Amino acid sequence: MSTLTSPTAEPTESAAGHDVVVRLRDIGKTFPGVVANQDVNIDIRRGTVHAIVGENGAGKSTLMKILYGVQKPDSGTIEVNGEVISLSSPSDAIGAGIGMVFQHFMLADNLTVLENVVLGAEKLHGIGDGAREVIREISTAYGLDVDPDVLVEELGVGARQRVEILKVLYRGARIVILDEPTAVLVPQEVEELFGNLRELKAEGLAVIFISHKLDEVLSVADEVTVIRRGRTVDTLPAASVTSRQLAEMMVGSELPSPSTEESTVTERVVLEVRDLTLPAPQGRDLLSDIDLSIRAGEILGIAGVEGNGQSELVESIMGMRQPSSGVVTLDGRDISSLSTRERRDAGIGYIPEDRHRHGLLLDAPLWENRILGHQTREPNIAGPLIDRGGARRDTERIVAEFDVRTPGIDTTARALSGGNQQKLIVGREMAGDPVLLIASHPTRGVDVGAQSAIWGHIKRARRQGLAVLLISADLDELIGLSDTIRVLLRGRLGETFDPDTVTPQMLGSAMTGAAS
Amino acid sequence: MTPRSTRLVLGIAAPALALVAAFLITSLVLAFAGDPIGDVWAQILSLPSDRGYINIVNSATVYYLSAVAVAIGFRMNLFNIGVDGQYRVSAFAAAVVAGEGWLPGYLNTVLALLAAVLVGAMWAGIAGLLRVTRGVSEVISTIMLNAIATFLVAYLLRKVAVSDPGSNITSTKPVPEGSRVPGIHAFGETATIYGLLFLAVAVGIAYWFVINKTRFGFDLRATGQSETAAVASGINVKRMIVISMLLSGGVAGLVGMPLLFGNDYAYGSTFQSGLGFAGIAIALLGRNHPVGIALGALLFAFLDEQANPLEILLDVSPQIVKITQGVIVLTVVIAYEVVRRYGVRLEQRRVAGALHEEVAA
Repeated sequence: MSTLTSPTAEPTESAAGHDVVVRLRDIGKTFPGVVANQDVNIDIRRGTVHAIVGENGAGKSTLMKILYGVQKPDSGTIEVNGEVISLSSPSDAIGAGIGMVFQHFMLADNLTVLENVVLGAEKLHGIGDGAREVIREISTAYGLDVDPDVLVEELGVGARQRVEILKVLYRGARIVILDEPTAVLVPQEVEELFGNLRELKAEGLAVIFISHKLDEVLSVADEVTVIRRGRTVDTLPAASVTSRQLAEMMVGSELPSPSTEESTVTERVVLEVRDLTLPAPQGRDLLSDIDLSIRAGEILGIAGVEGNGQSELVESIMGMRQPSSGVVTLDGRDISSLSTRERRDAGIGYIPEDRHRHGLLLDAPLWENRILGHQTREPNIAGPLIDRGGARRDTERIVAEFDVRTPGIDTTARALSGGNQQKLIVGREMAGDPVLLIASHPTRGVDVGAQSAIWGHIKRARRQGLAVLLISADLDELIGLSDTIRVLLRGRLGETFDPDTVTPQMLGSAMTGAAS
Repeated sequence: MTPRSTRLVLGIAAPALALVAAFLITSLVLAFAGDPIGDVWAQILSLPSDRGYINIVNSATVYYLSAVAVAIGFRMNLFNIGVDGQYRVSAFAAAVVAGEGWLPGYLNTVLALLAAVLVGAMWAGIAGLLRVTRGVSEVISTIMLNAIATFLVAYLLRKVAVSDPGSNITSTKPVPEGSRVPGIHAFGETATIYGLLFLAVAVGIAYWFVINKTRFGFDLRATGQSETAAVASGINVKRMIVISMLLSGGVAGLVGMPLLFGNDYAYGSTFQSGLGFAGIAIALLGRNHPVGIALGALLFAFLDEQANPLEILLDVSPQIVKITQGVIVLTVVIAYEVVRRYGVRLEQRRVAGALHEEVAA
């Protein structure tokens, strides 16, 4: 597919020339139950901007954490400037000339730029005029336009990002990793940032740019590496590829055949959302004028790049966020003013996107986790008391029926693998005869076996006549399971697609707003 | 070992480890100060006198109530540092009510106890309301409320104080004879065990029952373990914060009651202070468990009692046990964390092992 020597092939001497500053070979990293990275091979050259693209959960951030010394790889080697090195902490990485700018800034608002920059690096050039001089030099050399003596709280987002970049350069980085740097910027600021990046590469630095906004990637990067399911798919020169081709590579071509099961969609509308708007504390609304309806036996899939309002949509339907306007109706009953607990009692099962934060009490035994979210219902309670026996028996049932691999129900949730935690949650949320199941990234971070089991459970829910709202970043999953797919972009629900005819490329374009 | 017995062994290992470490560190302090280490420990670890046992049970009763009040907050992840202020405001209010004697006999006692609970709950409730409406950390607000409580009580005490000619102690009107709670005689001593010991036991049982057996208790624990999961499960976290601050303050209100009705019979400038802070340490030591707290309270009371004669016998300041108590709090926090991590690893290994056998079988 590539016109370059593919880095997955045996590197030849010429490809491994002196200008390769970072060489990752066969990097592998496994978490309990999840393979995050496998056989990752990337060469990054001096004086280039190298983009790494992939879906959410494809393994980009784990890979960058490995390169920045936050995680240790299970296998493979990292070479910097031709030497194999071992990175066990970010300070090792900084020592090797690798710096990282995180998506969320790490600056103290009430300190000046100078103070923020020298914080933790006081030994380099002191904390006074020497440091101020160095900051001015770096600022001029790379066109960063940073004044060392202003307070950070007076700076805008773009300027703060330049301070973060300056911090990294001040510490001597020659390889700069930027994690989703444009996510927080407005278009003009994005242009300025790209100007800065071009300065950096002109000075011989290597920039690693992580993003899933493909058009931006193509406008700034020299080379693009695509990662899918933890593996490198290919590395290509940006000039030789279109965003459509990249999207195709990101989601893969080996899509499962769309659900061949017969449609179970009925005429009865179970969930209806009308004109739902959720304002942000500042800036544009998180959700604007959302209209959707799901019928009994229907799976509605929501596609979208993360951060376009998916979590907010789910949390608004669950009553965890307060929309400024809009009506939510469940089975003909207006539930807009009900609390989360009342909505759950009205028949909503909820598989949250972050099971550790929202779905489980990690240090509580499984049978107590069975009660969570179902504290008002049989068999968990007897009047105002907890029915320990009932809850334990029903946990045993879930463990057996949903194949939760555990030595027993007194084990804490933390000890289970991601897939088994998720199967427990699915079993719990399917208990008590829900009419609506909200499944947010139901198979994220679970192993393949658990994934197909969870797919089976969602299909079964559909056959039983539940309405299912499915949010996923995995387009295979969306296309394979959904009866209808809609795209959420910048807080608005856009086009409707038929999963029988849609291709991942079409979805990918609609998700990034590239197709319009 | 079954998971439950493993958890039990680990649960006991942590405080035992912490106590040994605390004793070692205290010994270092003694050595540094040039005090006789062996003699000090011989005195502290000797058997108390009969009178000593009674004193230990009495001060443990008061410590226990204080620690349960703190523990209610801890289970919710709320740090109620204000038990100190809450019990003093409440003790004052109860002393005024009891001293007025509006109702006869024990009805008066019950009325005063209710007043104590109510005032303690309200005083803590201020911090709860500030937290949910204005986002003020309960740590800050309860510390502030402690200071306010000190001055408020001092101010009000002057207003209602009865001056006893020939004495410079200011205090509220004494509780009428018929409303005092008689003590329990033991060992043929004249000193007695507080009758309100039974109140402390009842509070402990109620605490255990509500936390472990009720839906409300489940919601409280769930919120303490993970606020985000609690919200997703439908718990109204703000409401839980206010309710648990009220409960914590209500129990804090009872802290001074055994003293008021069993010893002092009035609230005056000499009323015992600092009980709230001891409660924090004991709740940590006892792991917020009703039985653990009881053992912690007895241990602290034992150390206090045994240290008293140090000054006379060995010319060593009894304050040395305050160092021991303080160090226990630090070591216990570390020991619990060490043991917790070890437990997590152990369990993950056990789970992996069990699943491996299943695959092999």
